[in-house]
Amino acid sequence: MTDTRSETTSIADRIRPLSVGAAVIAVHFLGDEPVFVLGEESLVFWRDSEERRVPVHGGAILGSASDGKRILTGGDDGKVTVTGPDARSETVATDAKRRWIDQVALSPDGMAWSSGKQAYVRVPKGERVLELPSSPGGLAFAPKGFRLAIAHYNGATLWFPNAPDAKPETLEWKGSHLDVAFSPDGRFLVTAMQEPTLHGWRLVDGKHMRMSGYATKVRSMTWGPGAKWLATSGSTQLVVWPFGGKDGPMGKSPKVVSPSEHRISAVAAHPKQEVCAIGYEDGMMLLTRVEDGAEILARAPGLSPISALAWNATGTRLAFGTENGEAGVISL
Amino acid sequence: MTDKIPVTVLTGYLGAGKTTLLNRILSEPHGQKYAVIVNEFGEIGIDNELVVGADEEVFEMNNGCICCTVRGDLIRIIDGLMRRKGKFDAIIVETTGLADPAPVAQTFFVDENVGKRAKLDAVVTVADAKWLKDRLRDAPEAKNQIAFADVILINKTDLVSDADLREVEARIRGINPYAKVHRTERCAIALSEVLGRNAFDLDRILDIEPAFLEREDGHDHHHDHHDHEHGHDHHHDHDHGGLKHYHDEDMQSFSLKTEKPLDPDKFFPWIQNLVAQEGQKILRCKGILSFKDDPERFVFQGVHMILDGDHQRPWKDGEERASRAVFIGREMPEEMIRKGFSECVA
Repeated sequence: MTDTRSETTSIADRIRPLSVGAAVIAVHFLGDEPVFVLGEESLVFWRDSEERRVPVHGGAILGSASDGKRILTGGDDGKVTVTGPDARSETVATDAKRRWIDQVALSPDGMAWSSGKQAYVRVPKGERVLELPSSPGGLAFAPKGFRLAIAHYNGATLWFPNAPDAKPETLEWKGSHLDVAFSPDGRFLVTAMQEPTLHGWRLVDGKHMRMSGYATKVRSMTWGPGAKWLATSGSTQLVVWPFGGKDGPMGKSPKVVSPSEHRISAVAAHPKQEVCAIGYEDGMMLLTRVEDGAEILARAPGLSPISALAWNATGTRLAFGTENGEAGVISL
Repeated sequence: MTDKIPVTVLTGYLGAGKTTLLNRILSEPHGQKYAVIVNEFGEIGIDNELVVGADEEVFEMNNGCICCTVRGDLIRIIDGLMRRKGKFDAIIVETTGLADPAPVAQTFFVDENVGKRAKLDAVVTVADAKWLKDRLRDAPEAKNQIAFADVILINKTDLVSDADLREVEARIRGINPYAKVHRTERCAIALSEVLGRNAFDLDRILDIEPAFLEREDGHDHHHDHHDHEHGHDHHHDHDHGGLKHYHDEDMQSFSLKTEKPLDPDKFFPWIQNLVAQEGQKILRCKGILSFKDDPERFVFQGVHMILDGDHQRPWKDGEERASRAVFIGREMPEEMIRKGFSECVA
């Protein structure tokens, strides 16, 4: 096994490269157009080989989320900004004390963000606030119903912002919970922890799932089509947890594919096929079929870790960005 | 790696003068830009866009290490600050007066992302010359801050007599003989004494002799007499005697030394087991070791249960190849540690 993967089929020559000049922290597709979120100040739209830089924050961009139609960002300038496909951006909220906006989440029905120990939700009728025991490490909207999951120290809280009388439900598990994600079928909630481990709950009965064995903190996770699996970064191989059965990964081992000398830094599941795009810390990218581990080289190792990966909704285009400002799109 | 951002931690009990020192650091014309992580917003008198409010969220780690705590807010804030890399040269973390420095320090060893991009430079503790003795009696936090420090400023020296000052210093030395101690008024001190100390850099673990032999009375005295704000703590009667050497009842330090080369196969299991068993009591430890048949010096340091060590450089010709280690902690089993260390000889 070598990391150049010289024997592997390669589509690396299909990359249309772009240099964005700053760390890419995320990439989202608005329609078929990739939008790169930089670590500082701007979004970079890229349509028909024309690059358009849109300043959205007066400092660091700390988080972003997209529903495919718009991009929500939070910054260290205390602002929450929404940007549409026309590249026009609008400030949704400004923190009164100009505190950092640490986390954001977006759903067709509303938007959420957090600052300090408060989570906020913007709904057509106004703004709702929830006080948490500690600063949120991640926010995620449920796939159905207007419900927000908030990861924090010692667990995650589920909140129906439109039901002010309903007490938020807290799922407890010791430790600091960071990123949080619902399975696309809404049956499971998974958090990435400060320790190199994932924690999951089956929402119907609150049953716990511990998913451990990582080399480092998991900073990227992605659900396969039909919510059958969850693929994750944090190891030198792609760790894929089975979520197809009613018990999820309880009592099962994950599948591991595409080992490398370098750790995986970003993952993005294809929206339709059982394929995962994998970005490594050495800048290499693979497309791997989860079932049998068959690989296609999408990018040869480069200068810095892959920090952002995303597919368009139909799965015909894959966009990526790196920590040192390289970016690109591959059309399949 | 040399491009890691240095982080200085400012501690000190309420009213000792941390904010005075911070304002001094930010206002002096040094050409450096600092990102500042503070607890009470609005106390800094200097305009600085890179001032971040922190919540001091101390998180326990589930890694089998009972005293392993980190500052969750620091992990998040340093990650965010690094998005603006190039906009600042160093980070200063001001802790609240009641904070324990250990979780701050441990964050740099435990969180990989933080450790990759930032490095702990030194823990600087500001102590109130007038009130420290009382705080050492009634506030365990104050004692922790002294025991943990690399640099200690005995501040507000103009409010006490020379005899009182000597006693305060002796008390500090009784707890932590290894820190660099300065006497200041209004925290007036050359910033090079506070910043860029590399106190946690394994390459700089050179001198682990008690520091009190080095310093002469007189330097670091700035005789500018201004009005001083007083510490707003309650009053106590002073009941000091004329003792020159204090042994603190529950916080001690001691050093170990042997000229005989150590056996690494004995030393590593011993020290790992020691910090696993007694790490809660050991605030800090460090050492320079001579292993048998090893041409290089080995250096280590630890914070509670976390150990960090590496080969440093070849022993020089004519250099005394002794192994030395120091421990600072609370109710440590000194005799057991001495015996264990002596049994590590090859």
